[in-house]
Amino acid sequence: MTREPLRLDGLSVEAGGRALVRALSLTVGAGEVVGLVGPNGSGKSTALRCVYRALRPTGGTVWLDGRDLADMPLRESARGVAALSQESGTELDFTVEEIVALGRTPHLRGNQPLSARERALCREAMRRLDVLHLADRGVLTLSGGERQRVLAARALVQEAGLLVLDEPTNHLDIRHQVALLGLLRDPGLTVLVVLHDLNLAAAVCDRIAVLEAGALVAVGTPREVVTEELVAGVFGVAATVVPHPLTGDPQLLYTLNSSTAPAGAAEAVRGTPESRGSRP
Amino acid sequence: MAGLLVLLAVSVLLAIGWGTAVISPPDVARYLWAALSGGTITADEVTRYQIVWQVRTPRVLLAVVVGAGLSAIGVAVQALVRNALADPFVLGISSGASVGAVSVLTVGLFGSLGIYALSAGAFAGALAASALVYLASYSRTGLTPLRLVLTGIALAYGFQALMSVLVYLAPDGEATHTVLFWTMGGLGAATWGSLPVVALVVLVGLGVLHRRSRSLDVLALGDETAASLGVDVTALRRGLFVLTSLMTGAIVAVSGAIGFVGLIVPHLVRIVVGARHVRVLLVAPLVGAVFMVWADLLARTLAAPRELPLGVITALVGVPVFVALMRRRGYLFGGR
Repeated sequence: MTREPLRLDGLSVEAGGRALVRALSLTVGAGEVVGLVGPNGSGKSTALRCVYRALRPTGGTVWLDGRDLADMPLRESARGVAALSQESGTELDFTVEEIVALGRTPHLRGNQPLSARERALCREAMRRLDVLHLADRGVLTLSGGERQRVLAARALVQEAGLLVLDEPTNHLDIRHQVALLGLLRDPGLTVLVVLHDLNLAAAVCDRIAVLEAGALVAVGTPREVVTEELVAGVFGVAATVVPHPLTGDPQLLYTLNSSTAPAGAAEAVRGTPESRGSRP
Repeated sequence: MAGLLVLLAVSVLLAIGWGTAVISPPDVARYLWAALSGGTITADEVTRYQIVWQVRTPRVLLAVVVGAGLSAIGVAVQALVRNALADPFVLGISSGASVGAVSVLTVGLFGSLGIYALSAGAFAGALAASALVYLASYSRTGLTPLRLVLTGIALAYGFQALMSVLVYLAPDGEATHTVLFWTMGGLGAATWGSLPVVALVVLVGLGVLHRRSRSLDVLALGDETAASLGVDVTALRRGLFVLTSLMTGAIVAVSGAIGFVGLIVPHLVRIVVGARHVRVLLVAPLVGAVFMVWADLLARTLAAPRELPLGVITALVGVPVFVALMRRRGYLFGGR
């Protein structure tokens, strides 16, 4: 039997009479990077919250390494799942180093101080996220992007087998977007990540799952999933899909004046496949 | 830390010596030693000895306990409700205590407890108020910070109205005086008898709070992040609420609602030692104790032989400090 870090089995979340996530089933294999995409309000973040236990699902099961998450103590599951959520606020002006060190919380008893190995781990994470030079700065003085990188470093030092990220590229400049997503390719990591940018998702993910109104509508490799039909159908956007010249990953090109065009309009925008193929 | 401990010890000795009858620190130390070791003093010193041992020492020690307790509770409550403006009384505890104390006078509650009836009434009122706030703000998702604060403030108005009715219907002026004492606070009622209970509650509370320092740090990162770091936010909030309510109730029962200490000391301390609770919860009680000893000394000597309400002194010192602190650049609580 192959190791199965995460399996969502019929996951459902209802709140206030509305179904936010409907019977979502999805597996993330060891070492895999799985992207979760979908329009606003499609239930991506809600599904993620169930994985890092900020939310209790109203139906279905989250299996972590074959164990029912609901039966695990919080501390124990926090050693298995690290999260970078959308929540970036703190009222207290901790230093960057202190925030990153809090990532070790599930491994420490009470006020037990960090060991030398753990302090080195924190420094290494800060170096990888390019925030080491900010170590003594108060987090409340940082820009949004800097803060996002600090929180990513905190998630890394948690040393969990599964990393769950909710729009980790928020606020990041393009250099740090690429750098952060590059980190996710680390062979030791298994990742479930919500991304808005389909091009970045296609570049970084082994598989992509598409949510619409809380239900899974497609799952597969980027080439299988990121198609003009799907983008038009789920997002209501006419886009042209071209292969990345170097990697072959599907990449979307948008034409602004047709951005609200219904499915099928994409064909008209980019012309017939034959005419496109004949261009140099 | 060591410096603060020394400062506290010196402050205590000075404060015991100071007053209408000034007694030098060496004499104070000698009397205290005599009291503790069962030593002897000369006959003409008996009055001074009694002032030191029976009147001032319990009062100054109570100041230490109350100051330390209120400061630590302030730190904990600010973390509990995630609000910079929270203090130990934000959850309606002090007005509940006042209602309890006034009920003792007007309705004769706890009459069998004699001299401790007022304290018992205040403590019961404080706990009843806490329980009401807890029940009113509890929801399926646990205690959410904003609901707690809003419920606390709303119920505080309710308790104040209730108190006004009790005072209005009271036959004599004693109820009015009691209300004034409980809303402004003071240590004039300190005796050796009232000290042990509150000292024990505060000491245990400080220990428990300090042991949860890292959890309090994590709580400040937000509920979702806390859950992802393995901290059970619902249970932590519930525990914090119960613990701070007990501590506040015990303190209010002997000293009334002494304002501003629990609000300002946490902020002052964070400016100096940073945000980590493992340090803040060690330093804040010491700073609060020193502050309270001096505030009480001012309260009983400034207008001697009359005594100013302690809350007046802490407010007079506290308000300008707080305003200056908020205007200070580089101190950020709750964003820019």
